[in-house]
Amino acid sequence: MSDWKERGAEKIFLLSTIISSSITLLILGFMAFMALPLLRGGLFYLLTEPWAPQQGLYGIYPMILGTAVISLLSLLFAFPLSLGCSFLISSIGPKSLSAAFRRMVQMMTGIPTVIYGFVGIFLLVPVIRELFQSGSGMCIFTASLMLGVLIAPTMILFFCDSFDRVPRSYIDAADSLGANRAQTLLYVIIPLARKGIFIGVLLAFGRAMGDTLVSLMIAGNSIATPGSLLDSVRTLTAHIALVIAADYESPEFRSIFACGLVLYLFIAVVILAVRRLAFRESGKRA
Amino acid sequence: MRKKCIVTVLAMIFSLFVLTAGGVAGELDAFKGQRGTLKISGGTAHIPVMKEAAQRIMSAYPDIQISIAAGGSGVGIKQVGEGLVNIGNTGRKPTDDEIARYQLKLHQWALDGVGVVVSPKNRVKALTKAQVMDIFTGRINNWKGVGGENRKINLYTRDEASGTREVFWEKALDKQPISPSANVVVSNGAMKSAIAQDPYGIGYVSVGHIDRTVAPVALDGVIPTIKTVKEGKYKIVRGLYSNTKGEPTGLTRAFINYLYTPEGRKITEKEGFIPFP
Repeated sequence: MSDWKERGAEKIFLLSTIISSSITLLILGFMAFMALPLLRGGLFYLLTEPWAPQQGLYGIYPMILGTAVISLLSLLFAFPLSLGCSFLISSIGPKSLSAAFRRMVQMMTGIPTVIYGFVGIFLLVPVIRELFQSGSGMCIFTASLMLGVLIAPTMILFFCDSFDRVPRSYIDAADSLGANRAQTLLYVIIPLARKGIFIGVLLAFGRAMGDTLVSLMIAGNSIATPGSLLDSVRTLTAHIALVIAADYESPEFRSIFACGLVLYLFIAVVILAVRRLAFRESGKRA
Repeated sequence: MRKKCIVTVLAMIFSLFVLTAGGVAGELDAFKGQRGTLKISGGTAHIPVMKEAAQRIMSAYPDIQISIAAGGSGVGIKQVGEGLVNIGNTGRKPTDDEIARYQLKLHQWALDGVGVVVSPKNRVKALTKAQVMDIFTGRINNWKGVGGENRKINLYTRDEASGTREVFWEKALDKQPISPSANVVVSNGAMKSAIAQDPYGIGYVSVGHIDRTVAPVALDGVIPTIKTVKEGKYKIVRGLYSNTKGEPTGLTRAFINYLYTPEGRKITEKEGFIPFP
């Protein structure tokens, strides 16, 4: 009886695994299918042309560039910040302070992105506009700064967790060898926590790339190809949100499936690449 | 349960307001015995009127729930056509193709203008049509070119689903392409707050949405106001439509009829539009 139950449970779990993993593939297939009429016109053109529906051009190159630049730049802002924060929380800060900080960071991960966007519009955008005196202040730079704040908590929590997993004895050993705190961080903690850092960065990058509201609200959404960090730009996600209202049969509407496809592949490539790196790292040590 | 309580209390408070404001419930009689939900989406210019009307109806008849969503004219047509909402609002006349495809019934209840707006801090308060075209197509990109400060012009436009954009593009820009470097915002409200925030910005909103936070720009000497739109002096004018899939019935019918009653027309007027017909 119990054997039968166990096998039944196994089957059910197997089924749910198959379903959830196939959904991911089905979504990919669905987007490819819907984007097919446009893809047939030439993938190359789609990826390199500008967006000018009135002239019959439905390229998404400016949005791809926008997404890539904004998410990379936000990572660049947030990474050192998160590394420092998590080092403070997990090793050098006094106990009570780090506990308070950790709690605060945990709370920050739960703040809805619309609030970041809102704060960005009223506080950050006017500052950037007056500081650089160029453009409206809604630009790559502003959006990246805000996204950096958005993704930092994810990274900090992951970094903290992996720092905490570094065996106490290693740190004690470094201490007794006379290493100062910076040396301990650089030569003991970071190398040992490398995998956790990779995963934290990967998740944060995915979040930056997939975020819609912050870029929709403060990146400006212009369809021009950006020439500088102070230019208004539209991300793939914002583009989908803005075009989704177009007629079902129109090529505009089809193009958002191409956007989805590009986003999907982008993220897939990043995940695969970082996974490989992380695995190779752990394999070498073992 | 608690939610219901809150709704009831709110309804009571609202009905108190309506009563003390001297609102006659007579025109709301059509809603007697009606219950259920009415979903409205689409044009963002319509929202203030829709909200006010919905509030009055819901406070008089708590059994009626009216939800109002934004999205733009394109969304309005699509959602009403797909049967997702009962009323899809548009700030432009639906195209013949759209009407045929979704069997839309059009109900125009107001006239509205689309006016160019800048920040009140901007000293440019009048432009010719040619200048507006040059600015929005990107040929003039500094305020100095039209008598303002030596600062770059920050263009703001609306998304693809916007009826306001459609009308402005057709009637003010003579269908010339808007500069690709323009910032894009998603509603009349968002446009207003973007322009209010940006001293060097220029954009366009429904005349009903112009208030103290933004300054209207005279176009060829005519300032976009309700008065100039009404007198026919201001030329960038459009209708506000509430569209239904087929002839409306029940609650939908009652709501649309309400917009045409004297009280509905008063709301329309109060929110800055011109009742039609």
